[in-house]
Amino acid sequence: MAAELAMAAILVVAASALLVGLTLRIVLYARTPAPLPLATTPAPTGRVGAALRVGREIVLFPSLWGADKPLWLAAMLFHLGLALVLARHLRYVIEIPPAWVVALQGPGQLGGILMMAGLVLLGLRRTLIRRVRKISRPTDYGWLLLLLLIGGSGLAMTYRWHTDIIGLKAFLAGLWRLDLVPLPGDPALIAHMVLAAALIALLPVSKLLHGFALVFSPSRASPDSTRLGERRHG
Amino acid sequence: MADFVPPPLWPEIGLEPVPSPEDGLMAACRPFVAAPAHNQALGFPGELVEDWETRAVARLGELLAGNRALRVYLDACVGCGACADKCHFFLGTGDANNMPVARQNLLRAVYCRHFTPAGRLLGPLAGAGRLDRARLDSWYGYFHQCSQCRRCSVFCPMGIDTAELSMAAREIMNSIGLGQKYCNEIIGKVYAIGNNLGLPPPALADTLEGLEEDVRDESGHDVRFPLDVRGAEVLLVTPSADFFAEPHVDGLIGYAKVFHQAGLSWTLSSYASEAANFGLFIGSVEQMRKIALRIRAAALDLGVKRIVFGECGHAWRVAHAFLEELAGPFDFLDPRYPRPQHIAEITADLIRTGGIRLDPDANAGMVVTLHDSCNVARASRMGDEPGGQFTLPREIVRAAVPRFVEMHPDTTHDRTFCCGGGGGLLTDDLIELRIKGARPRMQALKQVVEQDGVTHLCALCAICKSQFTKVLPAYGFDREMMVSLHQLVGQAIRLGTSSL
Ligand code: SF4
Ligand code: SF4
Ligand code: SF4
Repeated sequence: MAAELAMAAILVVAASALLVGLTLRIVLYARTPAPLPLATTPAPTGRVGAALRVGREIVLFPSLWGADKPLWLAAMLFHLGLALVLARHLRYVIEIPPAWVVALQGPGQLGGILMMAGLVLLGLRRTLIRRVRKISRPTDYGWLLLLLLIGGSGLAMTYRWHTDIIGLKAFLAGLWRLDLVPLPGDPALIAHMVLAAALIALLPVSKLLHGFALVFSPSRASPDSTRLGERRHG
Repeated sequence: MADFVPPPLWPEIGLEPVPSPEDGLMAACRPFVAAPAHNQALGFPGELVEDWETRAVARLGELLAGNRALRVYLDACVGCGACADKCHFFLGTGDANNMPVARQNLLRAVYCRHFTPAGRLLGPLAGAGRLDRARLDSWYGYFHQCSQCRRCSVFCPMGIDTAELSMAAREIMNSIGLGQKYCNEIIGKVYAIGNNLGLPPPALADTLEGLEEDVRDESGHDVRFPLDVRGAEVLLVTPSADFFAEPHVDGLIGYAKVFHQAGLSWTLSSYASEAANFGLFIGSVEQMRKIALRIRAAALDLGVKRIVFGECGHAWRVAHAFLEELAGPFDFLDPRYPRPQHIAEITADLIRTGGIRLDPDANAGMVVTLHDSCNVARASRMGDEPGGQFTLPREIVRAAVPRFVEMHPDTTHDRTFCCGGGGGLLTDDLIELRIKGARPRMQALKQVVEQDGVTHLCALCAICKSQFTKVLPAYGFDREMMVSLHQLVGQAIRLGTSSL
């Protein structure tokens, strides 16, 4: 059971790192004062409008659309694919998955492919466009590589080396009960899980935090509402 | 200094292709360093302190604790490069460090190294680096090659605003005694004399009297330019360039005619004879507040009911978005009006309600295009609706001239290009940068000049007007093309006639 114990430890550490790290970051952002309103205008004049603006940015990337359409496409492929894949993965952690998770199994497989396509495009862009290459740090390639490996090992299991899903579910369900159940020993599965755990653990201290940061980004999240007495002119 | 001669604009119609980034092209470009007296007048150390690296890192820590924007922006960049080709200084110079993300990374490296686990562990692999002498030099150079125009923030998927980072870097440099001469000298003049140009009150009074005479001679109407009049309804706060620079002063004449015709009593203040607030450019909230408080003091002293700002881009940003926080509460002003107001809001409203009449024939032959001044466009608003900062000035121009033409849509509204002289760069020691930075705007102007026969370029920002007047000739345009928004109004307004 040594392998099971190690995997359990890795998953628990990763999940705790994610929860603690994310909470600390969010509390830090929320607590840091934002004395001056810094909305990039034109901006909504009320709080609700500003929240909607942030929501739109998170879901549809409108600023990126305005900036660079091929990049928007690559980013959208990746994030949409990732969302589908994550939804599909719910069935591994929920014993009796709800109907919508079951319904998402097919689209989830497609998601894996979209996500990989997005990553490949992002990687090509980073290496081929001189402008982007020049601003890339080694860690930028590192994240791409890590995501490619996680996605690649996942796709490998979907299409090639099928893994023992029932065994995996039993292992994960066991964790909730603090019970060690044997884990299928496929190398692809082990690699997939260890790499994903690394990604999860590092998320709060990396640029992958950006979605959460966007919620606090003053140029998008603050309303343009500070001027007093707005009603009539002249 | 002989002015820099730029290569000719792109002969095709449309915007120029994006240059391929090269390192170090503008490494030698840096503004004059402030003399000790200029730094000390603002409470900064006179010269670079001995333990500058430690103190700079400590100051960065303080700023991080007090400004959410800085913290979030330093964390959130994914290095996607969406902003890389959006900066006019990159487009005009091709220097790799003028790509907004590269500019940010000069500061982010130090942040990573001292404030993030990844930077501490991985060092350069995570893009982290010390603030050594070479980096400090690149900070001084490249954070003074940013006009804080916020164009990059429009396109960044995280909304990262490089302007905030360059303000923070300048604040840090000031805190260790490495100030920029142009900005610090000017702020000192505001404290000592009341305005950026160092125009003392008696000279201001003389200038205004002279303007009254000129307008009387030209129009036959007794248009007043009141100074320090207690009990006036409106305090007008305007950039001091409006008192004598061309074409700024024609804008001032326009405001005076609008007030005259609308029958609004107004006054200028010799104590707050400056709308500009260079505290913004050096990223210092304290300096910004000190300058803003002069306006409050003048308004209280003169007992006015409304504060109105003249044509100045960043001044309107500070007024619209920050004034209440910096110098409020303004509960002593008339609550029926926005506090403060922009002169264009008053003029646009008077045009709509018929309170003033404009006759475009007075500007016969003019084909006008509008430069959306970036601080007005991306950091403020006019009127009650988002986007009023675009519609109101356009309404006014259309009412004042026979023909109005828009420039390329990627260069107007919130995508407007900076003039290349904003953010504390409007100094002769940066003339090469200013000429190069104006290039994208000049390219867009060339297109409407050739296609639509545009004769005049209108702006509502003092810095834009000074900058364009200076750089238009470098691109083969006549400097007289530059007009103030209220110059057009002043030329077209019908004085004295019944408004019915
Ligand atoms: S704020 Fe303007 S000048 Fe500064 S980096 Fe962004 S686009 Fe360039
Ligand atoms: S667009 Fe934003 S996230 Fe992308 S590189 Fe520029 S600053 Fe970073
Ligand atoms: S001078 Fe005008 S265009 Fe340039 S930064 Fe200021 S507002 Fe923007």
